[in-house]
Amino acid sequence: MKILVSVKRVIDYNVKVRVKSDHTAVDLTNVKMSMNPFCEIAVEEAIRLKEKGVADEVVVVSVGSKACQETLRTAMALGADRAIQVEAEDGLDSLSVAKLLSKVAQEESADLIIMGKQAIDSDNNQTGQMVAALLDYPQATFASEVVIENGEAQVTREIDGGLQTLAITLPAVVTTDLRLNEPRFASLPNIMKAKKKPLDVKMPADLGVEVGSNVSIVSVTPPPQRAGGIKVGSVAELVDKLKNEAKVVS
Amino acid sequence: MSILIIAEHDNKSLKPATLNTVTAASEIGADIHMLVAGFECQTVVEQASQVAGVTKVLVADNEVYEHQLAENVSKLIVEVAGGYEHILAPATTTGKNTMPRVAALLNVAQLSDVIKVESADTFVRPIYAGNAIATVKTTDAVKVLTVRATGFDAAASSGGNAEREVLSQVISSDRSRFVKEQLAESDRPELTAASVIISGGRGMGNGDNFALLEGVADKLGAAIGASRAAVDAGFVPNDLQVGQTGKTVAPDLYIAVGISGAIQHLAGMKDSKVIVAINKDEEAPIFQVADYGLVADLFDAVPELEKSL
Repeated sequence: MKILVSVKRVIDYNVKVRVKSDHTAVDLTNVKMSMNPFCEIAVEEAIRLKEKGVADEVVVVSVGSKACQETLRTAMALGADRAIQVEAEDGLDSLSVAKLLSKVAQEESADLIIMGKQAIDSDNNQTGQMVAALLDYPQATFASEVVIENGEAQVTREIDGGLQTLAITLPAVVTTDLRLNEPRFASLPNIMKAKKKPLDVKMPADLGVEVGSNVSIVSVTPPPQRAGGIKVGSVAELVDKLKNEAKVVS
Repeated sequence: MSILIIAEHDNKSLKPATLNTVTAASEIGADIHMLVAGFECQTVVEQASQVAGVTKVLVADNEVYEHQLAENVSKLIVEVAGGYEHILAPATTTGKNTMPRVAALLNVAQLSDVIKVESADTFVRPIYAGNAIATVKTTDAVKVLTVRATGFDAAASSGGNAEREVLSQVISSDRSRFVKEQLAESDRPELTAASVIISGGRGMGNGDNFALLEGVADKLGAAIGASRAAVDAGFVPNDLQVGQTGKTVAPDLYIAVGISGAIQHLAGMKDSKVIVAINKDEEAPIFQVADYGLVADLFDAVPELEKSL
């Protein structure tokens, strides 16, 4: 079985986000970039399936500028076998990325596509579902457990209010939630080895996809700041304030 | 042109987030229709047709829609999409599961987690976990949106009298099968719909201590939440998590107990009307967003709070 995993290069999880002063975008100059945390979980899950003997090849793909090759090397250091970069400007919309990824999935004849449920920059939570729709594949989003058996994936999903288990036939798309697994760290020897693993570069035209979007950004602003309040000295004072000042407790 | 709303329900009742979505739709304008896709969901249809502002309810009541699987519900939506310029769903796990599929099938973009309607083609949504707010404009012929419930007031659940149209399409999804569901049983309000929430963090020390919060929650009719630190430490299950990777809430009163106030957590609750923080660490960042901060040992303060309510 072949698994295709998509990864996205995004602002590092721990970096404080700053909006540009002209309010056109978030400032990414000289900011540490890393693999999107949900994509790390996707890579980890694929590697575990390979280690269990369920999968025999793990291919990683990223859509973006040359810089995302670094993210692909990271994924290969973690255990992916080879990589594909689809060369495109950074920040393409979900539908364009989904079109590119679905073409790659078809070319690779991937049996399972594992993706992060969302990227922590655009927070869209769309691309996996769109890939599934474009390929007319079943999907299991927000996965917290994946079991592959008899050409089927039994996936436990984190839904509002609890968990849901679906059985989907392969080929299929699975998107990862936070608790699916805990990603490993790459060892130095594996980082060295990853430099020699194959990395192909493709252009959107090679895949027959025209990228573009009808959505434009009007502005990006910092969120409204919450003014700090007051400190109260006792529980009694707190209850008094809640009853008589804020009037949220009767 | 009309607006189509996808009803969030469990075949028994219409979920409150649907009502907030109706308000978002009414800010766009036009005629509001609602699709109820489910199985033996007549009470939901009743409720949907009484929602103020909804003029027509489309009913797809068939076994194949029982679990509202994205594969077939998205195709059903696309089949009825013809007359609509906007298709909206609440930004719940169900809406987020289905709507991107709808958009891809229609070859249009999808806008997630809309918190404000500027006009019929311009919408506001948080990005970077709410650390930036984007205003986006779309020229797509059909605008497919998910709506964050906390961004809009709930529409009145009564006063409407919508006509009904029964849909005959039966679309099965033979490659996706429902196996089981484990829903947390609780008499408390759901986190995202509660008007009061009391949340515990790592400072709670262990899962048993969350019982302390229950006393206060009982008195206030509150839901109980938790920070990611408390979830990661195994104190409470994941579905209680408030924050960037958990649930986004905006109750009238949010009481943060033993929560330091990591950006991660603040992203999920900073739109609450009144925030109370109880923490023994005077320097905890949570105090910077709290309307009322109490520097105290939670093991003294919480029982005292329960007694004085």
